[in-house]
Amino acid sequence: MTCRQVVELMTDYLEGALSGADRARFEDHIAGCDGCRAYLAQLSTTRRVLSKLADEPIPADLQVELMKAFQNWKSTIKG
Amino acid sequence: MPISLARVGEGTFDSELEALKAGDEAAFRALIERYHGPIMRLAMAYVRDRGVAEDVVQETWLTCLRSLERFEGRSSLKTWIFGIAINVARSRRRKEARILPFASLWRRDDSDRRRPTVDAKRFGADGLWSAGPSSWSGLPESTVLGNETLQRVKEAIDALPAKQRDVITLRDVAGLSADEVCGLLSISDENQRVRLHRARASVRKMLEEYLR
Repeated sequence: MTCRQVVELMTDYLEGALSGADRARFEDHIAGCDGCRAYLAQLSTTRRVLSKLADEPIPADLQVELMKAFQNWKSTIKG
Repeated sequence: MPISLARVGEGTFDSELEALKAGDEAAFRALIERYHGPIMRLAMAYVRDRGVAEDVVQETWLTCLRSLERFEGRSSLKTWIFGIAINVARSRRRKEARILPFASLWRRDDSDRRRPTVDAKRFGADGLWSAGPSSWSGLPESTVLGNETLQRVKEAIDALPAKQRDVITLRDVAGLSADEVCGLLSISDENQRVRLHRARASVRKMLEEYLR
């Protein structure tokens, strides 16, 4: 496998979608290639940054409004 | 209240769902806090404008409340919520599209095709790196996860073709599993992986340029 092929298989590898033989060849390549190891590490950092986007706090006014809606809903089910 | 047979057959018990149905305010508060960011990112994939995206978030939760009693827990609560968010966002986009000249909506989207995601110039004729990526391990966390970086990543997601935006947002921002995303978007495993791969590669490329 060349680096050019390996970079295109990285998601398949991470998702566990490679055949046993391809997985072994992929791992063999990675073990001996600084560039591809760095690329794989960059992809994992990329995923870490992406997951950070989920941390956006809910605006206070929206939260208040939604909690009111929940209380209204609650009163209808209890009623 | 009769016990739902479908539920018993499944053998799973979602305590969060039970708490919600019982009117537990703390459970609802925890949900709207936890999923606000992911649903915002998802909404921004459809409507672009922050104010409109917040409307989508609000409408998503109101729809959840209206449908909650009928929800039997056949999918996970999380998958159910994101399914509703996608429907709300899509219908909102259709409304917006009638008003705005939103050319990108009709842009050709070839996201399901496998294409090289790294510039061919980075490799030699032998297919090995000629200009390999540098390590980011020496960069401070405050740079890698800083607000400026996060803003760039948001912009990079917004610039992706719609099919890739959906998948990367659901997988990497919202943290849904591959199976959940395939089910929600009605796409094959293969298409899910190809879209995810291309989307991650685009975001990585932007980061490489930005963190250089």
